[in-house]
Amino acid sequence: MSEENGVIYRISGPVVTAVGISPRMYEVVRVGDEGLMGEVIELHGDQSVIQVYEETSGVRPGEPVIRTGQTLSVQLGPGLLTKIYDGIQRPLPELEKTMGVFIKRGVDADGLDLGKNWDFKATAKPGDSVSSGDIIGTVQETKTIEHRVMMPPGKSGVIKNINSGEFNVTQTVCTLEDGTEVQMMQKWPVRTPRPFTKKHAPEVPLQTGQRILDFLFPLAKGGTAGIPGPFGSGKTVTQQQLAKWSDADIVVYIGCGERGNEMTEVLDEFPHLIDPKTGEALMNRTTMIANTSNMPVAAREASVYTGITIAEYFRDMGYDVALMADSTSRWAEAMREISSRLEEMPGEEGYPAYLSSRLAEFYERAGRVETLSGGDGSVSVIGAVSPPGGDISEPVSQGTLRIVKVFWGLDAGLARQRHFPAINWLNSYSLYPPSLDQWYRDNIKSDFPEIRTEISALLQVEAELQEIVQLVGSDALPVDQQLTLEVARMIREYFLQQNAFHDVDTYTDLKLQYTMAKAILSFQEESKKALAGGAALEDVVNVPARTDLMRGRFESGYADKIEELLDNMNKQIADTMEAN
Amino acid sequence: MTGKEYRTITDVKGPLVFLNKTEPVAFGEIVELRLTDGTLKNGQVLDTSDDQVIVQVFEGTASIDKQTGIKFLGDVFKLPVSTDMIGRILDGAGRPRDGGPAIVADEKADIIGAAINPYSRQSPDTFIQTGISAIDACTSLVRGQKLPIFSASGLPHNDIALQIARQAKLVDSDDDFVVVFCAMGITAEEYNFFVHDLERTGALENACLFVNLADDPAVERLITPRLALTAAEYLAFEKDYHVLVIYTDMTNYCESLRQIGAAREEVPGRRGYPGYMYTDLAMLYERAGLVKGKKGSITQFPILTMPGDDITHPIPDLSGYITEGQIVISRELHQKGIYPPINVLPSLSRLMNAGIGDGKTREDHKSVSDQLYAAYAQGRELRGLVAIVGEDALNERDLQLLKFADIFENKFLRQSRDEERSINEGTLDYAWELLANIDTKYLVRLDQKWIDKYHPTEKKV
Repeated sequence: MSEENGVIYRISGPVVTAVGISPRMYEVVRVGDEGLMGEVIELHGDQSVIQVYEETSGVRPGEPVIRTGQTLSVQLGPGLLTKIYDGIQRPLPELEKTMGVFIKRGVDADGLDLGKNWDFKATAKPGDSVSSGDIIGTVQETKTIEHRVMMPPGKSGVIKNINSGEFNVTQTVCTLEDGTEVQMMQKWPVRTPRPFTKKHAPEVPLQTGQRILDFLFPLAKGGTAGIPGPFGSGKTVTQQQLAKWSDADIVVYIGCGERGNEMTEVLDEFPHLIDPKTGEALMNRTTMIANTSNMPVAAREASVYTGITIAEYFRDMGYDVALMADSTSRWAEAMREISSRLEEMPGEEGYPAYLSSRLAEFYERAGRVETLSGGDGSVSVIGAVSPPGGDISEPVSQGTLRIVKVFWGLDAGLARQRHFPAINWLNSYSLYPPSLDQWYRDNIKSDFPEIRTEISALLQVEAELQEIVQLVGSDALPVDQQLTLEVARMIREYFLQQNAFHDVDTYTDLKLQYTMAKAILSFQEESKKALAGGAALEDVVNVPARTDLMRGRFESGYADKIEELLDNMNKQIADTMEAN
Repeated sequence: MTGKEYRTITDVKGPLVFLNKTEPVAFGEIVELRLTDGTLKNGQVLDTSDDQVIVQVFEGTASIDKQTGIKFLGDVFKLPVSTDMIGRILDGAGRPRDGGPAIVADEKADIIGAAINPYSRQSPDTFIQTGISAIDACTSLVRGQKLPIFSASGLPHNDIALQIARQAKLVDSDDDFVVVFCAMGITAEEYNFFVHDLERTGALENACLFVNLADDPAVERLITPRLALTAAEYLAFEKDYHVLVIYTDMTNYCESLRQIGAAREEVPGRRGYPGYMYTDLAMLYERAGLVKGKKGSITQFPILTMPGDDITHPIPDLSGYITEGQIVISRELHQKGIYPPINVLPSLSRLMNAGIGDGKTREDHKSVSDQLYAAYAQGRELRGLVAIVGEDALNERDLQLLKFADIFENKFLRQSRDEERSINEGTLDYAWELLANIDTKYLVRLDQKWIDKYHPTEKKV
């Protein structure tokens, strides 16, 4: 089979040209004497252009190139959770075992532990007619997550034989009438979206416990969000908060081209995090992909696909999955780098002309769907963008903004004032509220959307007033406008600012968010009354009970106390009238 | 195949030599060029195929002609490493520059360096006291961090780097740092300044210098930092040293990168810099950190001068995305005569929170830092307002903050070049003393319990 084996013709960094093989596009090949993993990205006459996922120095022309016949795929099955992978699904702890602390090359490692036995419980029975995506059994993969074993895509028929018991992922657990054998592990090419029956409208919010996000700029389950942030604006912390607190069943975290030390912080921190819903380790429902900036660029390019394929796989089981990609700019830069090695004609700022279509394809893999088995699952994608110099007019930010429905505009200026999360409430937006409002009315309070509107309107008014204050100082404003400024300040300091590192303040559920927002509006209303009754503004805003109300959010059990604190404040405000 | 000498040069372009050859040459392989007059030059393979090999020549292509003989040495670039390197001055290609003997190698290490498995890294969390209040209080450095100095022409970044190199120490430990200093394209004058200062303070004995000066070949600058980091990795991860790597000036390095890119007719990215500059810089900066199970550490202080004081220029911008914060030097403060002119507002240490607080520095560190920052930021903003409406329009609180901004710059930031302030008494207590100029009711970032404990006039003893 001479066409299965070729030789290297040329090497230029991560791009290798081979002759003597005629592979398919995106087929995985083994390059050189060390068998480095590569992927075919261009066919050019009798030459095949390959991007290599590992460092190529020392490789020579004339070394062999071997076809594998497969496209870049991931192994899917029990054992994905709690794992930490590199960009091409090699488990990092395994790599450490085989090659020490530095990542050397030519080492292959399975994504799943093929030797491990799992307790498979059949839920289908002989005689059942099953098709692609149907759930045939379950495995308790971690303490909190039940892995639903599905019929691999493309396989269907009537079950002849199915057994519960201890199996590893490559053993046959089910046989069909036509002799087809089904294992727990399936493989799926990462660049192809997994199939589903149909996409639903985004009608359920993804709750994150982050007040500014949930209340003002909500993301729907199955939705897409972009976080562009200049460096130093707290983007990473915001993403970590989302991973920790969002009410998704499964979290897939892709550290794409980011800092080693920060990735380590995530890797160190995650295993210690407790899932607030179950009291178990958060890692039990998390898969992480870590491809730091100095790891091979081609693997960085692949990492987002690896991540979203894993996310889709859990979605197909009927889970809500939150996928964080930090950062998609690094992914785009990897595309740019490879494109320039291919000497492709560049588009804007050297990025390849297909940049925006690749971004769109990626985000389009998000969504809330009816799965093949008739269940309901979702993949929500939260992509960080790191625009150079914080200038979001650059191609990656623009390409992203055209697609995503939520924009959380991190602001270095706010970060500098130590306002965290440093999300600018004036330029951020969410297009989901119209489709989510019914949910809020049904599940939280019937006037939830109206309260939200009032809060954002106050912030808008403040921005306008601030311009005047900049010129003439706040004392020159009429009393009612000074009160508005005070209310807006309360929104900012009490509601929008949230301390990610504080045990209690780090998470606020939607009901409490609503109550807090109501408390602010109540302060405004009572103060107005008091002012009309002759109270002095200074007395009104300085009532001690307001500080108690605001500080109270740092104490546990705040939800039970807030009504009482609010009553106290209202009473004290009313008392200011009598003082005068 | 070593030993065979090719005379098949077809083109010479800028720092690149193109040749046809007959045998397979490895990507990244080291090349020796013998000029017709007998001079030897070194190079490295940038692109290799059956038909053509492109070699980048470190010492420049001057005098190379088509008769030049080229020998492929059969290996990628390796640096002989040994603890004997400490106390030595080497040139940009790793050869002795101080007249001393060649380094006797314990081993030879590949200068490209492999990526550290993120799973094998250890989170940096040990505070390094630099003795400079602005850094210690507001952008605390921790061991294993990479914290660049963003400066610009005409600012005293070198003094600051040297002061850090001299004073850096751990609070509760005698562990000393070994300094690996890497000069890329700096002037002889700057170099002499560094060497003189290191000699004066005796730090040279604990340092290893890799020097590529402004009149040395520009292409050599691409390997100089890799040599320095290879030496640093050896010292840190094989020999348990704590290594402080200072390299200057990253801007010159990036210029060389652009030069090579242009000569290869690559598609340029922003401002003509190659599209792979991010990855290239990452492969330097990411060679900092701590590794599980190893005692040593690498802490990096890259210095870069921002062209036109522009922080959005690709060099500071891409650096900022890889490094864990930055220390920004301000021309405005420098012109006011303040040393060190560190503008704490855009400065940041991303690993600060891991390295400060109870048991590391002091329990009130975070609050004090936040308060200093907030008060100074507001004070500076008020300066703008005062310029329009005058001080009379300010209320009591604003007046105090305005005054505090001056106090902060003139007392807290300002210190002499050899003044070493300890973190607790020298920096944090001093910060409290200065913050006492503001009424406690305006010090909203300070917890009451810290006020009770540390405020110079209001503490409850």
